Amino acid sequence: MKKRPEAKLDEASVKSFGDYEVIVPKHNLRTFVHKVDGPDDGFGGIDPEAIERAEAALAELSVEFDGWMDKEVARLTSARDAAAAQGLDAATRADLFSAAHDIKGEAATFGYPLAARVADSLSLLLQGIDDPAEVPWALANQHVDAIRAIVRETAKGLDHPVAAELVDQLVAVTTEKLIEITGAPPLVP
Amino acid sequence: MIRIDFNRLRFLVIDDNAHMRRIVRTLLHGFGAREVYEAEDGAAGLEGFTHYMPDIVITDWSMPIFDGLELTSMIRQPGANANPYVAIIMLTGHSEKKRVLESRDAGVTEFLAKPISAKALYQRILNVVVNPRPFIKTKTFFGPDRRRNHGSSYVGPERRKSDKSETIRVQPLLDKTKSSV
Repeated sequence: MKKRPEAKLDEASVKSFGDYEVIVPKHNLRTFVHKVDGPDDGFGGIDPEAIERAEAALAELSVEFDGWMDKEVARLTSARDAAAAQGLDAATRADLFSAAHDIKGEAATFGYPLAARVADSLSLLLQGIDDPAEVPWALANQHVDAIRAIVRETAKGLDHPVAAELVDQLVAVTTEKLIEITGAPPLVP
Repeated sequence: MIRIDFNRLRFLVIDDNAHMRRIVRTLLHGFGAREVYEAEDGAAGLEGFTHYMPDIVITDWSMPIFDGLELTSMIRQPGANANPYVAIIMLTGHSEKKRVLESRDAGVTEFLAKPISAKALYQRILNVVVNPRPFIKTKTFFGPDRRRNHGSSYVGPERRKSDKSETIRVQPLLDKTKSSV
Protein backbone atom coordinates (compact mmCIF):
# COMPACT_ATOMS: atom_id res chain seq x y z
CA MET A 1 0.00 0.00 0.00
CA LYS A 2 1.31 3.39 -0.99
CA LYS A 3 1.76 5.90 1.80
CA ARG A 4 -0.49 8.89 1.39
CA PRO A 5 -0.26 12.29 2.94
CA GLU A 6 -3.02 13.15 5.40
CA ALA A 7 -5.72 15.31 3.88
CA LYS A 8 -4.85 18.96 4.52
CA LEU A 9 -8.18 20.02 5.92
CA ASP A 10 -6.92 23.47 6.89
CA GLU A 11 -6.51 24.27 3.21
CA ALA A 12 -10.22 23.97 2.53
CA SER A 13 -12.00 27.18 1.60
CA VAL A 14 -14.62 28.12 4.16
CA LYS A 15 -17.37 30.70 3.81
CA SER A 16 -19.61 31.60 6.73
CA PHE A 17 -23.30 32.40 6.27
CA GLY A 18 -25.14 33.15 9.50
CA ASP A 19 -25.09 29.96 11.52
CA TYR A 20 -23.71 27.66 8.84
CA GLU A 21 -20.52 27.29 6.86
CA VAL A 22 -19.95 26.17 3.28
CA ILE A 23 -16.70 24.26 2.95
CA VAL A 24 -15.07 23.36 -0.35
CA PRO A 25 -12.36 20.77 0.32
CA LYS A 26 -9.30 21.31 -1.84
CA HIS A 27 -8.64 17.62 -2.11
CA ASN A 28 -11.59 16.45 -4.14
CA LEU A 29 -11.85 13.55 -6.51
CA ARG A 30 -11.88 15.53 -9.76
CA THR A 31 -8.14 14.94 -9.99
CA PHE A 32 -9.00 11.32 -10.84
CA VAL A 33 -10.77 12.32 -14.05
CA HIS A 34 -9.09 12.98 -17.35
CA LYS A 35 -10.28 13.75 -20.84
CA VAL A 36 -9.50 11.31 -23.62
CA ASP A 37 -9.68 11.69 -27.36
CA GLY A 38 -12.81 10.50 -29.01
CA PRO A 39 -16.34 11.64 -29.59
CA ASP A 40 -18.75 12.19 -26.77
CA ASP A 41 -20.21 8.74 -26.34
CA GLY A 42 -23.60 10.17 -25.41
CA PHE A 43 -23.61 8.40 -22.05
CA GLY A 44 -23.05 11.52 -19.98
CA GLY A 45 -19.54 10.56 -18.97
CA ILE A 46 -20.22 6.88 -18.48
CA ASP A 47 -17.44 4.74 -19.89
CA PRO A 48 -19.24 1.86 -21.66
CA GLU A 49 -16.03 -0.19 -21.87
CA ALA A 50 -15.55 -0.04 -18.09
CA ILE A 51 -19.13 -1.20 -17.57
CA GLU A 52 -18.72 -4.01 -20.08
CA ARG A 53 -15.53 -5.16 -18.32
CA ALA A 54 -17.28 -5.12 -14.94
CA GLU A 55 -20.28 -7.03 -16.31
CA ALA A 56 -17.96 -9.59 -17.87
CA ALA A 57 -16.13 -10.00 -14.55
CA LEU A 58 -19.46 -10.48 -12.77
CA ALA A 59 -20.52 -13.04 -15.39
CA GLU A 60 -17.31 -14.98 -14.69
CA LEU A 61 -18.08 -14.89 -11.00
CA SER A 62 -21.65 -16.08 -11.59
CA VAL A 63 -20.60 -19.74 -11.58
CA GLU A 64 -20.45 -19.28 -7.80
CA PHE A 65 -23.94 -17.84 -7.45
CA ASP A 66 -26.00 -21.03 -7.05
CA GLY A 67 -23.69 -22.22 -4.28
CA TRP A 68 -23.91 -18.82 -2.55
CA MET A 69 -27.69 -18.84 -2.85
CA ASP A 70 -27.78 -22.29 -1.22
CA LYS A 71 -25.71 -20.94 1.68
CA GLU A 72 -28.02 -17.96 2.14
CA VAL A 73 -31.06 -20.26 2.13
CA ALA A 74 -29.39 -22.54 4.67
CA ARG A 75 -28.78 -19.50 6.89
CA LEU A 76 -32.42 -18.42 6.53
CA THR A 77 -33.63 -21.93 7.35
CA SER A 78 -31.39 -22.09 10.38
CA ALA A 79 -32.72 -18.73 11.62
CA ARG A 80 -36.28 -19.95 11.04
CA ASP A 81 -35.63 -23.18 12.94
CA ALA A 82 -34.13 -21.28 15.87
CA ALA A 83 -37.16 -18.97 15.97
CA ALA A 84 -39.49 -21.98 15.82
CA ALA A 85 -37.66 -23.64 18.71
CA GLN A 86 -37.23 -20.59 20.97
CA GLY A 87 -40.17 -18.49 19.87
CA LEU A 88 -40.00 -15.28 17.89
CA ASP A 89 -38.39 -12.79 20.26
CA ALA A 90 -36.22 -9.75 19.57
CA ALA A 91 -33.06 -11.82 19.03
CA THR A 92 -34.53 -14.56 16.83
CA ARG A 93 -36.49 -12.00 14.85
CA ALA A 94 -33.31 -9.97 14.25
CA ASP A 95 -31.47 -13.06 12.94
CA LEU A 96 -34.37 -14.04 10.71
CA PHE A 97 -34.71 -10.48 9.42
CA SER A 98 -30.99 -10.24 8.72
CA ALA A 99 -31.04 -13.45 6.66
CA ALA A 100 -34.15 -12.35 4.74
CA HIS A 101 -32.78 -8.86 4.19
CA ASP A 102 -29.55 -10.22 2.72
CA ILE A 103 -31.50 -12.44 0.33
CA LYS A 104 -33.61 -9.45 -0.65
CA GLY A 105 -30.45 -7.60 -1.66
CA GLU A 106 -28.57 -10.48 -3.32
CA ALA A 107 -31.04 -12.92 -4.84
CA ALA A 108 -31.74 -10.90 -8.00
CA THR A 109 -27.98 -10.70 -8.67
CA PHE A 110 -27.78 -14.47 -8.15
CA GLY A 111 -30.54 -14.99 -10.75
CA TYR A 112 -33.47 -15.43 -8.35
CA PRO A 113 -35.54 -12.22 -8.50
CA LEU A 114 -38.71 -14.01 -7.30
CA ALA A 115 -36.87 -15.19 -4.19
CA ALA A 116 -35.80 -11.57 -3.67
CA ARG A 117 -39.45 -10.47 -3.78
CA VAL A 118 -40.44 -13.07 -1.17
CA ALA A 119 -37.51 -12.02 1.01
CA ASP A 120 -38.61 -8.39 0.66
CA SER A 121 -42.12 -9.33 1.76
CA LEU A 122 -40.74 -11.32 4.72
CA SER A 123 -38.53 -8.36 5.70
CA LEU A 124 -41.56 -6.06 5.68
CA LEU A 125 -43.53 -8.54 7.78
CA LEU A 126 -40.76 -8.90 10.34
CA GLN A 127 -39.91 -5.22 10.72
CA GLY A 128 -43.42 -3.79 10.30
CA ILE A 129 -44.82 -5.03 13.61
CA ASP A 130 -43.39 -3.73 16.89
CA ASP A 131 -44.09 -6.73 19.11
CA PRO A 132 -42.46 -9.92 17.76
CA ALA A 133 -45.17 -11.97 19.44
CA GLU A 134 -47.71 -10.35 17.12
CA VAL A 135 -45.88 -11.34 13.92
CA PRO A 136 -48.02 -14.01 12.22
CA TRP A 137 -45.65 -16.94 12.50
CA ALA A 138 -47.42 -19.20 10.00
CA LEU A 139 -47.15 -16.52 7.32
CA ALA A 140 -43.48 -15.85 8.10
CA ASN A 141 -42.87 -19.59 7.89
CA GLN A 142 -44.59 -19.79 4.49
CA HIS A 143 -42.21 -17.11 3.19
CA VAL A 144 -39.20 -19.18 4.25
CA ASP A 145 -40.65 -22.30 2.65
CA ALA A 146 -41.41 -20.36 -0.54
CA ILE A 147 -37.81 -19.16 -0.84
CA ARG A 148 -36.58 -22.71 -0.21
CA ALA A 149 -38.92 -24.06 -2.89
CA ILE A 150 -37.94 -21.42 -5.46
CA VAL A 151 -34.26 -22.18 -5.01
CA ARG A 152 -34.76 -25.96 -4.83
CA GLU A 153 -36.72 -25.87 -8.09
CA THR A 154 -34.15 -23.50 -9.62
CA ALA A 155 -36.97 -21.09 -10.50
CA LYS A 156 -34.71 -18.42 -11.97
CA GLY A 157 -35.96 -15.28 -13.66
CA LEU A 158 -39.45 -13.89 -13.30
CA ASP A 159 -41.50 -16.14 -15.54
CA HIS A 160 -41.88 -19.36 -13.55
CA PRO A 161 -45.71 -19.53 -13.42
CA VAL A 162 -46.12 -21.37 -10.10
CA ALA A 163 -43.44 -19.38 -8.32
CA ALA A 164 -44.78 -16.07 -9.66
CA GLU A 165 -48.30 -16.92 -8.46
CA LEU A 166 -46.97 -17.97 -5.05
CA VAL A 167 -45.03 -14.71 -4.70
CA ASP A 168 -48.05 -12.58 -5.66
CA GLN A 169 -50.20 -14.37 -3.09
CA LEU A 170 -47.64 -13.99 -0.31
CA VAL A 171 -47.16 -10.30 -1.01
CA ALA A 172 -50.93 -9.70 -1.08
CA VAL A 173 -51.59 -11.59 2.16
CA THR A 174 -48.66 -9.87 3.88
CA THR A 175 -49.99 -6.44 2.91
CA GLU A 176 -53.44 -7.38 4.22
CA LYS A 177 -52.01 -8.71 7.49
CA LEU A 178 -49.86 -5.63 8.06
CA ILE A 179 -52.87 -3.36 7.52
CA GLU A 180 -54.93 -5.53 9.85
CA ILE A 181 -52.31 -5.53 12.63
CA THR A 182 -50.72 -2.10 12.35
CA GLY A 183 -53.49 -0.15 10.62
CA ALA A 184 -51.11 0.87 7.85
CA PRO A 185 -49.69 -0.73 4.70
CA PRO A 186 -45.99 -1.62 4.67
CA LEU A 187 -43.55 1.10 3.71
CA VAL A 188 -42.64 0.71 0.10
CA PRO A 189 -40.16 2.61 -2.09
CA MET B 1 -15.10 12.15 -23.51
CA ILE B 2 -13.91 11.56 -19.96
CA ARG B 3 -12.38 8.63 -18.17
CA ILE B 4 -12.08 7.99 -14.44
CA ASP B 5 -8.64 6.85 -13.29
CA PHE B 6 -9.94 3.90 -11.32
CA ASN B 7 -6.40 2.56 -11.05
CA ARG B 8 -5.53 5.56 -8.83
CA LEU B 9 -8.65 5.50 -6.67
CA ARG B 10 -8.62 3.70 -3.34
CA PHE B 11 -11.83 1.99 -2.19
CA LEU B 12 -12.98 0.59 1.13
CA VAL B 13 -15.95 -1.81 0.95
CA ILE B 14 -17.73 -2.45 4.26
CA ASP B 15 -20.37 -5.15 4.34
CA ASP B 16 -20.99 -7.99 6.76
CA ASN B 17 -22.00 -10.25 3.87
CA ALA B 18 -18.93 -11.82 2.25
CA HIS B 19 -20.81 -12.56 -1.00
CA MET B 20 -21.75 -8.92 -1.44
CA ARG B 21 -18.18 -7.79 -0.71
CA ARG B 22 -16.95 -10.17 -3.39
CA ILE B 23 -19.49 -8.84 -5.90
CA VAL B 24 -18.58 -5.21 -5.24
CA ARG B 25 -14.87 -5.99 -5.39
CA THR B 26 -15.35 -7.81 -8.70
CA LEU B 27 -17.22 -4.84 -10.20
CA LEU B 28 -14.60 -2.35 -8.97
CA HIS B 29 -11.75 -4.44 -10.36
CA GLY B 30 -13.72 -4.68 -13.61
CA PHE B 31 -13.84 -0.88 -13.74
CA GLY B 32 -10.08 -0.87 -13.39
CA ALA B 33 -9.60 -0.31 -9.64
CA ARG B 34 -6.52 -1.87 -8.11
CA GLU B 35 -6.80 -0.88 -4.47
CA VAL B 36 -9.96 -2.31 -2.94
CA TYR B 37 -9.91 -2.97 0.80
CA GLU B 38 -12.64 -4.72 2.76
CA ALA B 39 -14.12 -4.72 6.25
CA GLU B 40 -16.87 -6.91 7.65
CA ASP B 41 -18.55 -4.63 10.17
CA GLY B 42 -18.80 -1.00 11.17
CA ALA B 43 -16.00 -1.16 13.76
CA ALA B 44 -13.55 -2.81 11.36
CA GLY B 45 -14.72 -0.35 8.73
CA LEU B 46 -13.83 2.63 10.89
CA GLU B 47 -10.43 1.13 11.63
CA GLY B 48 -9.89 0.48 7.92
CA PHE B 49 -10.97 4.01 7.11
CA THR B 50 -8.32 5.57 9.34
CA HIS B 51 -5.68 3.06 8.24
CA TYR B 52 -6.17 2.99 4.46
CA MET B 53 -7.38 6.57 3.93
CA PRO B 54 -9.68 5.54 1.07
CA ASP B 55 -10.99 7.97 -1.52
CA ILE B 56 -14.38 6.30 -1.63
CA VAL B 57 -16.14 4.27 1.09
CA ILE B 58 -18.89 1.89 -0.02
CA THR B 59 -20.83 0.73 3.03
CA ASP B 60 -23.78 -1.48 3.79
CA TRP B 61 -26.43 -0.14 6.19
CA SER B 62 -27.31 -3.17 8.38
CA MET B 63 -24.18 -4.49 10.09
CA PRO B 64 -23.12 -5.74 13.51
CA ILE B 65 -21.24 -3.63 16.10
CA PHE B 66 -22.43 -0.41 14.53
CA ASP B 67 -24.25 0.10 11.30
CA GLY B 68 -23.51 2.09 8.16
CA LEU B 69 -25.43 5.10 9.39
CA GLU B 70 -23.48 5.22 12.67
CA LEU B 71 -20.26 4.70 10.76
CA THR B 72 -21.10 7.65 8.51
CA SER B 73 -21.78 9.85 11.54
CA MET B 74 -18.41 8.86 13.02
CA ILE B 75 -16.55 9.64 9.79
CA ARG B 76 -18.33 12.97 9.39
CA GLN B 77 -16.70 14.58 12.39
CA PRO B 78 -15.30 17.96 11.37
CA GLY B 79 -11.81 18.35 12.74
CA ALA B 80 -11.14 14.62 13.00
CA ASN B 81 -7.67 13.45 12.00
CA ALA B 82 -8.85 11.27 9.15
CA ASN B 83 -10.63 12.67 6.12
CA PRO B 84 -14.20 13.70 7.08
CA TYR B 85 -14.82 14.78 3.46
CA VAL B 86 -14.46 11.27 2.07
CA ALA B 87 -17.11 10.19 -0.45
CA ILE B 88 -19.48 7.67 1.15
CA ILE B 89 -21.77 5.51 -0.96
CA MET B 90 -24.47 3.74 1.03
CA LEU B 91 -25.18 0.40 -0.65
CA THR B 92 -28.18 -1.17 1.00
CA GLY B 93 -31.15 -3.49 0.67
CA HIS B 94 -33.22 -0.78 2.34
CA SER B 95 -34.88 1.25 -0.35
CA GLU B 96 -37.69 3.18 1.35
CA LYS B 97 -37.68 6.92 0.80
CA LYS B 98 -37.34 7.60 4.53
CA ARG B 99 -34.14 5.54 4.58
CA VAL B 100 -32.74 7.57 1.69
CA LEU B 101 -33.48 10.80 3.56
CA GLU B 102 -32.07 9.42 6.81
CA SER B 103 -28.80 8.46 5.17
CA ARG B 104 -28.58 11.81 3.39
CA ASP B 105 -29.07 13.56 6.73
CA ALA B 106 -26.29 11.45 8.28
CA GLY B 107 -23.88 12.76 5.62
CA VAL B 108 -23.92 10.02 3.00
CA THR B 109 -22.80 11.23 -0.44
CA GLU B 110 -24.71 8.77 -2.62
CA PHE B 111 -27.37 6.13 -1.99
CA LEU B 112 -27.49 2.89 -3.97
CA ALA B 113 -30.23 0.31 -3.43
CA LYS B 114 -29.54 -3.38 -3.90
CA PRO B 115 -29.68 -5.34 -6.17
CA ILE B 116 -26.45 -3.87 -7.43
CA SER B 117 -25.62 -3.46 -11.12
CA ALA B 118 -22.39 -2.41 -12.81
CA LYS B 119 -24.06 0.62 -14.38
CA ALA B 120 -25.71 1.85 -11.17
CA LEU B 121 -22.47 1.53 -9.19
CA TYR B 122 -20.52 3.28 -11.94
CA GLN B 123 -23.03 6.14 -12.01
CA ARG B 124 -22.71 6.73 -8.27
CA ILE B 125 -18.93 6.71 -8.49
CA LEU B 126 -19.03 9.03 -11.50
CA ASN B 127 -21.21 11.41 -9.54
CA VAL B 128 -18.94 11.62 -6.51
CA VAL B 129 -15.84 11.97 -8.70
CA VAL B 130 -17.07 14.44 -11.29
CA ASN B 131 -19.59 16.46 -9.28
CA PRO B 132 -18.14 16.88 -5.80
CA ARG B 133 -20.52 18.92 -3.67
CA PRO B 134 -19.39 21.47 -1.11
CA PHE B 135 -19.79 20.56 2.53
CA ILE B 136 -22.21 22.26 4.87
CA LYS B 137 -21.51 22.60 8.56
CA THR B 138 -24.27 23.63 10.95
CA LYS B 139 -24.89 22.87 14.61
CA THR B 140 -26.79 19.74 13.66
CA PHE B 141 -25.34 18.67 10.32
CA PHE B 142 -21.98 18.15 8.69
CA GLY B 143 -21.89 16.59 5.26
CA PRO B 144 -22.23 17.13 1.53
CA ASP B 145 -24.67 19.88 0.61
CA ARG B 146 -28.06 18.22 0.60
CA ARG B 147 -29.24 20.61 -2.11
CA ARG B 148 -28.29 19.16 -5.44
CA ASN B 149 -30.23 21.73 -7.43
CA HIS B 150 -28.97 25.28 -7.32
CA GLY B 151 -30.99 26.53 -10.26
CA SER B 152 -32.09 30.15 -10.20
CA SER B 153 -35.63 29.22 -11.15
CA TYR B 154 -36.59 28.24 -7.57
CA VAL B 155 -39.07 30.78 -6.16
CA GLY B 156 -40.24 29.11 -2.94
CA PRO B 157 -39.30 30.03 0.63
CA GLU B 158 -35.67 29.73 1.78
CA ARG B 159 -35.44 26.57 3.84
CA ARG B 160 -31.99 27.00 5.40
CA LYS B 161 -33.20 28.93 8.41
CA SER B 162 -30.29 31.28 8.83
CA ASP B 163 -30.55 32.75 5.34
CA LYS B 164 -32.52 35.92 4.78
CA SER B 165 -35.59 34.49 3.21
CA GLU B 166 -38.31 35.91 1.13
CA THR B 167 -41.46 34.08 0.27
CA ILE B 168 -42.86 34.69 -3.14
CA ARG B 169 -46.39 33.50 -3.52
CA VAL B 170 -47.11 31.82 -6.82
CA GLN B 171 -50.59 31.40 -8.16
CA PRO B 172 -51.33 27.67 -8.34
CA LEU B 173 -51.63 26.37 -11.86
CA LEU B 174 -55.11 25.06 -11.13
CA ASP B 175 -56.33 28.57 -10.19
CA LYS B 176 -54.79 29.96 -13.36
CA THR B 177 -56.66 27.38 -15.37
CA LYS B 178 -59.93 28.29 -13.67
CA SER B 179 -59.49 32.04 -14.12
CA SER B 180 -58.74 31.68 -17.81
CA VAL B 181 -61.98 29.75 -18.47
